[in-house]
This record gives sequence, C-alpha cells and structure tokens, in this order.
Amino acid sequence: MQSFNSEPIISVRDLVVGFDSRTVLNRVSLDVQPGEILGLVGGSGSGKSVLLRTIIGLLPERSGAIEVFGQSLNDLDDEARHELRRRWGVLFQNGALFSSLTVMQNIQFAMREFLHLSENVLDGIAGTKLAMVGLSREDANKFPSELSGGMTKRVALARALALDPEVVFLDEPTSGLDPISAGDFDSLIRTLQRTLGLTVFMVTHDLNSLHAVCDRIAVLAAGTIVADGPMPAMLSSEHPWVKSYFRGQRGQLLGHHLSNSPA
Amino acid sequence: MNNAPSTPMLTVATERGTIQLAASARWTASHAKTLDQLVRTILIEAEHGTATSIDMRGVSAFDTFGAWYLARLARDLKSRGHELTVMGLPERYTALFDAVQKSSARDEKAKSQPRATFSGLAAIGGAVVEAWLSLLLLLNMLGAVCAATFRALRRPSTFRLTSTVHHVDRVAWQAIPIILLITFLIGGIIAQQGFFHFRKFGAEDYVVDMVGILVLREIGVLIVAIMVAGRSGSSYTAELGSMKMREEIDALRTMGFNPVDVLILPRVVALVIGLPILTFIGSISALYGGELVAWLYGGMSPDIFVARLKEAISITHFKVGLIKAPFMALIIGVVACTEGLKVAGSAESLGLRTTSSVVTSIFLVIVLDGLFAVFFASIGM
Repeated sequence: MQSFNSEPIISVRDLVVGFDSRTVLNRVSLDVQPGEILGLVGGSGSGKSVLLRTIIGLLPERSGAIEVFGQSLNDLDDEARHELRRRWGVLFQNGALFSSLTVMQNIQFAMREFLHLSENVLDGIAGTKLAMVGLSREDANKFPSELSGGMTKRVALARALALDPEVVFLDEPTSGLDPISAGDFDSLIRTLQRTLGLTVFMVTHDLNSLHAVCDRIAVLAAGTIVADGPMPAMLSSEHPWVKSYFRGQRGQLLGHHLSNSPA
Repeated sequence: MNNAPSTPMLTVATERGTIQLAASARWTASHAKTLDQLVRTILIEAEHGTATSIDMRGVSAFDTFGAWYLARLARDLKSRGHELTVMGLPERYTALFDAVQKSSARDEKAKSQPRATFSGLAAIGGAVVEAWLSLLLLLNMLGAVCAATFRALRRPSTFRLTSTVHHVDRVAWQAIPIILLITFLIGGIIAQQGFFHFRKFGAEDYVVDMVGILVLREIGVLIVAIMVAGRSGSSYTAELGSMKMREEIDALRTMGFNPVDVLILPRVVALVIGLPILTFIGSISALYGGELVAWLYGGMSPDIFVARLKEAISITHFKVGLIKAPFMALIIGVVACTEGLKVAGSAESLGLRTTSSVVTSIFLVIVLDGLFAVFFASIGM
C-alpha cells in the first residue's frame, strides 16, 4: 500500500517508560510509515496501552525519543502542541464519549471549538461523519448511555475522525464486540483508511482483525518489540511468545485458514 | 456577475453565461471557514449562470470538510436547476468524495424535526408532575426501608452489621471534628449577639436562657442535620449513583441480593444511629462556645453561666432536640438513597442528583423541624 519510501510518520526510539520501580517499556523502537495500518499486539499487561498513551503524550517517558510528524511533543510550546494534537485522533478502549453530550454533540465538540462554523454546517458535517461510520441520523440525538457497545465504538471513531486527522490511534477497537460487529468494524477501518488516506496505529488482541486489517504487526513482549513485520512473517517467527500467540490453539484456526486461502 | 470573487482557493470565470470555477490550494478542515463563505457567495452568484463546472486539478489537499463543501455546492446548485460538473479531481480523493456525497445525500432526506414549542404552562405542569413522582419515589423508598427493617428484625442474621458499623464510622465518628468546630462557633456567635443586644436592656442574664434553649431545642439538631445532609447525604447519593452507572446494583440483583438490604438499610441505620450522637456532641459543644464567649466577651464567669443554665433549661428541652434527630436522619438517608438510584448514565446526571439530594434533604429537614415545633407546642413540651 505504501510504496513510497518516505519519512516515518511516527518514530519511537529507545523509549523507556516505567512507574515507580517498575519498568514497563525497556528501549522500545518502532516506526510507523504514512498510510499503513500497524497492529500492536502483546500479552495483557505487556504495556501496549502504555506505549500508545506515551506516544500521544498522556504518560511521561523516562528516556528515549518520540516523534510524530517529525516533531517531538516535548520540544514544542503549548500552542504548537495543541496544533500537533489536532492532527491525530484517538479512539479509547471504552469510547470515552462525553456522557452528558449527545452523539451529535460529541462529534461536533472539537469542530465547534476549533473551526468556528455555523450550526448548519456543523450538523451537516457531523451527519456525514456519522453516516461514514455506518450510523443513522436517528442515533444522533441519543446519549452515550443509550448506545450499544458497537455503536459506542463507532461514535468514538467518528469523534476521533472529527477534525480529519492524519493519524488515528485505536486502543482495542474490536474488544467487546461480537465477531460479526468486529468484522464490520474491521472493514470500516479499512474503508476509512483508504478513503481518508489515514495512518492507523492500532492496539489489538483480535487475531482476525490483525489478519484482515493490518499491513504490519509489531509484537511487544517483556518490554520490547520482539517481532515486527507482515502476517506471514509472524506465522514463521521462532520467538517463543510470538509462536504461541499466532500458532497456539486460537492461532491455529487462523493459520489453517491462511494456508488454505489462495494468497 | 462579472466581478465574481476570485480568491487563492477558488477562481471564477464567466464565459457566455457559463460559470467555470477552478479550485486550488488546500480544501481542508483548517480552511473550513473560508470555504464556507466561498460556497455561499458562489450560490448567490450562480442565480444567473446557466451551467457550471468546477476544476479540481489545482487542489493540493482535500479532506472530509472539502469534500462536504464540494458535495454541498453540487447539491445546492442542482436544486437551483444547475448541473455542476466536477472535473479533474485527483484520483486519490475520488473515493472520499463519493463516500461523502453518498452520505450527505442520505443526510438531506432526514431533516431534523422542529423543536417542541415552548410553553410556560407545559413547563409548570411538567414540574408539578415531576414533584409528585419524586414524592411517590420517596414514599416508595421509605416503604422499602421499613420492609427491610422488618425483615432484618425477623431474621437478625441477615442484617449487615459490619457494613453498618463501617458507615457509622464514616458518618458519625469521622464527622465529629467538623461538627465540634461548627457548633462551637455557632454557639459562640449566638452568645455574642445576645450580649450585644440584651445589654441595651440590661438583660444580660437572659443570654444564657436564650443560648441554652435555642441550642438544645433547635439550632443544635438543625445545624448537625444540615451538615450531615451535605457531608454524608451527598456521598451516599454519589456512591449509589456511580454503582448504578457501573451496573453494580444490577449485578447484586442478579445474584439474588436485594440492594435495599445490602446497600441502603446499613446506610440509613448508620445515619439514624449517628445523627442523635452527633446532635448531642454538637449541642454540648455549642454550649461550651456560648460559655466561652460569655466569659471573654460578656464578662460572665463560667460558674455563673453554668448556674444560670441549670435554672434556665430542663431535661424537656434536651429531649425535644434529641427526639427530632433520628427522624431527620431517616429523611436524609431516604432522600440520598432515592436520588442515588435515580442516576442514569451520564456524569451530568450524577452531579444533578447529588445536588438535588442535598437540597431536598435540607428542605425536608427544615419542614420536619417546623412540624415538630407545632407538635411540641400543642402537647406543651
């Protein structure tokens, strides 16, 4: 997909992150190229979400460098930092929708703040975003507490895409969804990535979604990236954790499916 | 029509009644405001033209906002009988434009329904119905607490003693310092005001009567009840509300527990035990406050203060104050728990319910105090 060999859009070098005496990430290095979908996998508690939260600046790093769009958050003043943050969107694991605002207001929140548009235009654009994530206009006036799990994720995705970011960070986008909804969500991410030319950084546990969506997979184990490459490379990796993850009982099914399908 | 607006983002050329637009620069979110104005001007200008085309070759960046404006331009021109031909849109943007055009077309069909017309009468009616429903809910909760008490009395082993003790610790024991401080100050203030004004009539001795009777009958219990409503009532509402939001109460129900037995009865019982104790402590502290001010400000020695106090008050005054405390505790507990269970979904609703819990319970505590005053007056206490 990304044949052009350009500068990485996200670049992490020798990142160390820890809490108190515990080191969670130990010298992690990772690049994300423009226009690719990167899937980050790792055991529960291996620090996937910590890595994501450090990249978007919610957690402080101990050492190492993080550059997004070639800039480091730490080097920027407040104004430039806000400017940079507007160029990415984040989908939190549980949606993190503002519970006192309707679906429509949630999506319009950032647009209203930064773009100074008329109500009509805001409604129109938010309606378009809503339609793009596959929700109908009737859902627009619902409150987050009235939404199902799948709808919450879709609204959260629409909100993450509100300002047309160049990069979206997805934290376990398909967790808690049934296989059909998860599959739909996968293809939604794929479609949106193609239409909007997005770069996607995705933390996930879902083997199917790794297979269906991701261009490249990075594996986080014992605090570092132990493997990095497309799906076939993962399946042939000899690292014990990667092996048991992709070729364990649950991975077997997928591997079986992969070897049968005409590639 | 000739001097159509030409800006870096859009060039307008008119040729034999045909309007030709050429777009350039960045059609993105950060330029949405400019795009908005451009599209509006074009629509006004387009009244006279016959056919229109837009050349998108010059566009260097194009996102959902740009696509939406382009789609809107096309749609609005069409509704005025013009056909907009989009030419030269870079290939990497066509998928986006198609997607947006499709979804905004769907969007137009679903027009939002008009706002319900505001009517003052409807608002008043709604408020009355709401108040009536809240009263019913309160009575419902009172009934549920009574039923739970009855169940606990019949089978004492089911009563949650540990939880009750925990709540007594929180609402009573931990509240002692602040209650001591506030009532001490209030007692002192009443005494100071008494001395200041009674001095004019040379009736300084009666300050002790005023402080004693006022504190024991009314102020002690009222101040303590209001403090507890603000301190513990609000935390009950917030606790139960967030439990409701996180489906913890539903979880209890499905495991076969009655939330009233498990969560509400221990809390209400803790208040009913705690408030009389706090009232007693508070009243004594207020009397001390009065005594100290009488000594320092009024020049009345503590011995004389105590001697006059013995004459002025009787055990009846003390009883009148203390009898009210458990009833006020019951009201605070029932209101707080009812409001907590009314919380629905949003963080805003949690805040709203907590406020309403404190306001309602303070209001009802004062109303109850008034009813008690009438009652005690008529039985001559």
